[in-house]
Amino acid sequence: MKLLIKNGTVVDPASKREGHFDLLINNGTIQKVERKISTAADETINADGLIVAPGFIDLHCHLREPGQEYKETIRSGTAAAAAGGFTTVVCMANTEPVNDNAVITEFIQKKAKEEGIVNVLPVGAISRGLKGESLADIGQMAEAGIVAISDDGRTVMNSALMRKAMQYARGFGLLVISHAEDETLSGASSINEGLVATELGLPGSPNAAEEIMVARDIALAELTGARLHVAHLTTKGSLELVTAARKRGVQVTCEVTPHHFTLTDEMVRGYNTLAKMRPPLRKQEEVDELKLGFKKGLIQAIATDHAPHASFEKEVEFHLAANGLIGLETALSLSLQLVEEKLLTLSELIRLLSSGPASILGLKNKGILQPGADADITLFDPKASRVVDINSFRSRSKNSPFHGWRLKGEVHTTLVGGKVVFRD
Amino acid sequence: MILKKDRRPRKNPPPQAEGFFLPSKDLLGLRDLSEEKLTLVLKKAEEFKKLLQRKEKGDDLKGKRVINIFFEPSTRTRTSFEIAERNLSAEMTNITPSASSLTKGESLKDMIENLEAMKPDLLVIRHGASGAAQLIASYTKASVINGGDGSHEHPTQGLVDLFTVKEHLGQIQNKRVLIVGDIAYSRVARSNIYGFTKMGAKVTVVGPATLLPPGIEKLGVTVSTQFAKHIPEADVIMLLRIQKERQETLNFPSLAEYTRFFGLTRDLLPLIKKGTLIMHPGPINRGVEIDPEIADSKSADGPRIVILDQVANGIAVRMAVLSLWANQRVKK
Repeated sequence: MKLLIKNGTVVDPASKREGHFDLLINNGTIQKVERKISTAADETINADGLIVAPGFIDLHCHLREPGQEYKETIRSGTAAAAAGGFTTVVCMANTEPVNDNAVITEFIQKKAKEEGIVNVLPVGAISRGLKGESLADIGQMAEAGIVAISDDGRTVMNSALMRKAMQYARGFGLLVISHAEDETLSGASSINEGLVATELGLPGSPNAAEEIMVARDIALAELTGARLHVAHLTTKGSLELVTAARKRGVQVTCEVTPHHFTLTDEMVRGYNTLAKMRPPLRKQEEVDELKLGFKKGLIQAIATDHAPHASFEKEVEFHLAANGLIGLETALSLSLQLVEEKLLTLSELIRLLSSGPASILGLKNKGILQPGADADITLFDPKASRVVDINSFRSRSKNSPFHGWRLKGEVHTTLVGGKVVFRD
Repeated sequence: MILKKDRRPRKNPPPQAEGFFLPSKDLLGLRDLSEEKLTLVLKKAEEFKKLLQRKEKGDDLKGKRVINIFFEPSTRTRTSFEIAERNLSAEMTNITPSASSLTKGESLKDMIENLEAMKPDLLVIRHGASGAAQLIASYTKASVINGGDGSHEHPTQGLVDLFTVKEHLGQIQNKRVLIVGDIAYSRVARSNIYGFTKMGAKVTVVGPATLLPPGIEKLGVTVSTQFAKHIPEADVIMLLRIQKERQETLNFPSLAEYTRFFGLTRDLLPLIKKGTLIMHPGPINRGVEIDPEIADSKSADGPRIVILDQVANGIAVRMAVLSLWANQRVKK
């Protein structure tokens, strides 16, 4: 099976290739990337006017299976991913039951193989049951194929346990992903501490709740030599901590979500539960700082933290509402805003969505368009304008605050292993 | 909360409709009301107070179905609303949901949609969660009157306090209002901050630094931790209830220490101007927020304790709110 992608504009930061190139794909692998390929193929995709990029890799999503299939399944979540241009997703461990043992990991792998539309890389829990008390079966899960460990959704509040987890994970070459929020400071809060929270009469969570844990986990990564990745970073202070640590050689990276660089806590006014998440949306100054962080190249990845919830879990009193929003099908458009605002070049943006995450995960054949690499490819039109419509989403859930927004950027075709998995 | 612009009156409005245009079908908070609308409510309340003094009643709510839904226990507010509703000839029903459907796992949305099928005109809501009144308002065509939601707002209490100050001091503009205590968790504080600042008063909030929420100064108030310092200039001293169950020992070390710095103790009496109003939304923790002797004082030389006037005025003010919101015209 040979597939040819012709006339597109390749933007591939990892191979530093940018311009008009054709791609020949053979049996799921990229065979050639050349100015003009005339080989006969079984199928040809005309990519005229489109950007041809390495398939996007989402370091952070929740697929909800097993246990919460009413919110999302591996099938629907990966369909949403494909529609958003993602060819690989990393799914968090807070399923029911929690992915804290090899049986669950194997279940996810099996489901992903049978029903998954894009590549699924599971994350195992740090602690058994996400309880923060004892280590999960990290080694056995590593054998079963997890790519990282994280208690995402919860912070490992016990520093001794976090230290042991890092030491132990290092022995298996696993990445440790930190959900950094000091729960004693943030309490149950899902809104930024400040004027909006005060006016709404809701307890807020200060920047310090995040920064304390980012600082702690950097210190522990330094102590243990573990590879640390800070999930959904939201403050200037956190970014400074990560940047300083990287300068002194600590193996730490960070991701920022599209919603955290797009929305502010003003969005919560009216008790808008679609804007309820942890860590919370921050104020404008903080958003501006994150954007500056992109411009300065201080952020290594954009990740969605795609968190599907049913409407009945959002149409409740604010303090009872579930945390999070879905992001796979809006991430590209929101991220393209950074290019529009001249904070990033298109190539820099694509790096944050592909080779950046690939290198954090240590994936060799993904995030790059070169002969021998996996044919995970995203074709998109960065200029096409669309109105976000939650009813057209592939996700089972509709909890997006971006419904009705006019945004630029449309995914045209998504290929995984040389197969078309999404076509607009 | 979404602020909507008030509609300009049409060129030749029917005379009875003047000023009846409200920013929303609901009264969720004083943040949403302009000075003009606040003045309108206070004027209406004055009329009702006179009506009550003549021992008369109204029929403004005749044929209107009012449901009081009190998710949180309340004596004063609930009784005040009930009497106000009866005084206006409403068809009134009370629900205490903790004892009924919510314990069966029904969501708030389900419950309101069920009540909606019974076509109420007004829902009066008291709820422990900030934002609950607004959530309910979004699932009903009835007008929702917020009777206090979490730490958010308690607009009718705010109106009662405005009314009481205006009644005793003649005006609100330029009066110095000192709000003391738990600013962080108090819905009364928020409604009063909006109400008094909009009416032109100079508001200072004072309390332990742990109970002064971030950003509060942006609401146009002076923020302080020195109670005694502000007493001499105050025309109104409003003491907020310390919710003992909420303090969790984190916000201040002890009630005794709270009282030492933020209680209206006898030592502070000489600092108070003659005629200054002492207010409290109740219920009072005697010996915590206020010295029991002061709370019960009827001396003409000292400050005027108007705590029970607040309660009495509650009925007329709530009648005004119910009448206006039941017979409203809302900008579409």
